[in-house]
Amino acid sequence: MPAPVTVTNIGNAAPVATTHTMGRRQVDEVRNLIIVGSGPAGYTAAVYAARANLKPLVIEGVQSGGALMTTTEVENFPGFPDAIMGPELMDAMRKQAERFGAEFITDDATRVDLKDTGVPGSSVYHTVHIGETTNNYRTKAVILATGSAWRPLGVPGEQEYLGHGVSSCATCDGFFFRDHDIVVVGGGDSAMEEATFLTRFARTVTIVHRRDEFRASKIMAARALSNDKIRVEWNSIVEEILGADGQVCGVRLLNTHTGKVKTLDVTGVFVAIGHDPRSELFRGQVELDDSGYVKVQTPSTRTNIPGVFAAGDLVDHTYRQAITAAGTGCAAALDAERFIATLEED
Amino acid sequence: MGVTKAVTDANFVTDVLQSDKPVLVDFWAEWCAPCRKVEPLLEEIAGELGDKVSIVKLNIDENPETARAYRVMSVPTLTVFKDGQPVQSVAGARPKGDLIRMIESAF
Repeated sequence: MPAPVTVTNIGNAAPVATTHTMGRRQVDEVRNLIIVGSGPAGYTAAVYAARANLKPLVIEGVQSGGALMTTTEVENFPGFPDAIMGPELMDAMRKQAERFGAEFITDDATRVDLKDTGVPGSSVYHTVHIGETTNNYRTKAVILATGSAWRPLGVPGEQEYLGHGVSSCATCDGFFFRDHDIVVVGGGDSAMEEATFLTRFARTVTIVHRRDEFRASKIMAARALSNDKIRVEWNSIVEEILGADGQVCGVRLLNTHTGKVKTLDVTGVFVAIGHDPRSELFRGQVELDDSGYVKVQTPSTRTNIPGVFAAGDLVDHTYRQAITAAGTGCAAALDAERFIATLEED
Repeated sequence: MGVTKAVTDANFVTDVLQSDKPVLVDFWAEWCAPCRKVEPLLEEIAGELGDKVSIVKLNIDENPETARAYRVMSVPTLTVFKDGQPVQSVAGARPKGDLIRMIESAF
C-alpha cells in the first residue's frame, strides 16, 4: 500500500519476501487469527487473543507501534498518572501480548485475500501476504488494525525537501533545528504537541493554521499559545515550501482573509494537518466509507466479510485516541474469538 | 547477529568513502524510536546480502561532523555510498524490500 512518502510514517511499500525473525512458514499452515497492524488496537487485540489461546500472528509493519511511537509523553492513557512515553507504552503492550504467546512479524503486509463465501460458518480461509513472493499466511480470522498515515500538504517543495527541512515527526527531527526558526502547519492536538515540543530546540515556532481558531483540545491549545516562542499565522495556508541549496529556506503563505501573501524565512516545516486511514490494502474487499475508513457493524467490529474485523484509527474518524483504539482492539479480539468458536462447532 | 558495524567521524573516510563495495549508512540516534525499528531489518539485510555490501551505523549525536557534512536533518536517514559518493538516500524507516532495492541499485 503506497502511503505517502514521509519522514517517519513510511507506508507499506512492497518489501521483499525473506526470512524474518520467525523464519519461513509453511504456506499450508492455517492460523486462527492474523492481526494486521500494531499500535494500541493491534497490540491490545493481540493481548486478548493470545490470552484466549488463539496464538495470534501480528503483522506489525515497519512502523510497528503505530502513531504513539513518534509521540512524546502520553498524558491521557488511564493508569499512568505521571504520563508515559509513547514508545514505552507500545513496547509494554507488545511485551504483554508476547508473554501470552502472540507472534510478531516486523514487516509490511503487501496483499490480503479476504474471502467471502456468503455462507456463515463455511470454512474458507483468508490469506495475508508478506513481501513480494512466497511468504503468505492463511487464517481463519483477520483483524485489520493498520491505523492511519500522515497526511502531506501536497504543495510544491514538500516532497522535494522531505528529510531536508520538511518533517512529519517533531520527536524524530526536532533536534536538527536548534536555534532555528520553524513552522508547524495544523491546528489539532498533534500540531499543538509538535509546536510545544519543538520550542525545546527552535528559536521561534510559527503555527500556520487555515482557520481563526484551533480545533485542538483546550488544554493543548492553551499550552501552545502561552509559550513565548510560539506565534500563530491565523487564516493562512502554505502555498509553497521554498528551498535553496537542497534545503528548506522558507514558506510562502497566503492569508485567505486578506488575500495577502507573505514569505517566512524558516528552515523547518513540520506538517501536522492530520491523518488518513491506511486502508488501501483492503480497498475493493472490505467496505470503506467515503473517507476511506473501514466500515464496521457498530457496536461490533465486524466488517462486511465474515471473519474479518477492524479496529482502531482505521475505523474511527471520531475519537482517534490511544485508549479508544485499545478498546476496539479488545472488542475485535473478542469478536474474532467468538467467530472462530462458531467455525469449530460445525 | 551483529553483522552491521558502527562507524564514527574518525573512520568514516576509510570505512565508507574508501570502501571497495557499496556501503549503506544508517544515520541514527538513541532518542529516535523509528531508528530502533530499522535496526533489526538492517541486520537481516546484512545477513542476506553478505559480502556484496557493507552496512554500517553512524550515531549522529556522537559523530556530528559527518552528519552535518551530509546534511542529515532527519533520523533515521539511510544513505548508500558508492565510490566515495552518496548515490541514494531516504529519510525515515522503510520496508526491507525498499532498502534492498536501494542497495542493489548501487551494484
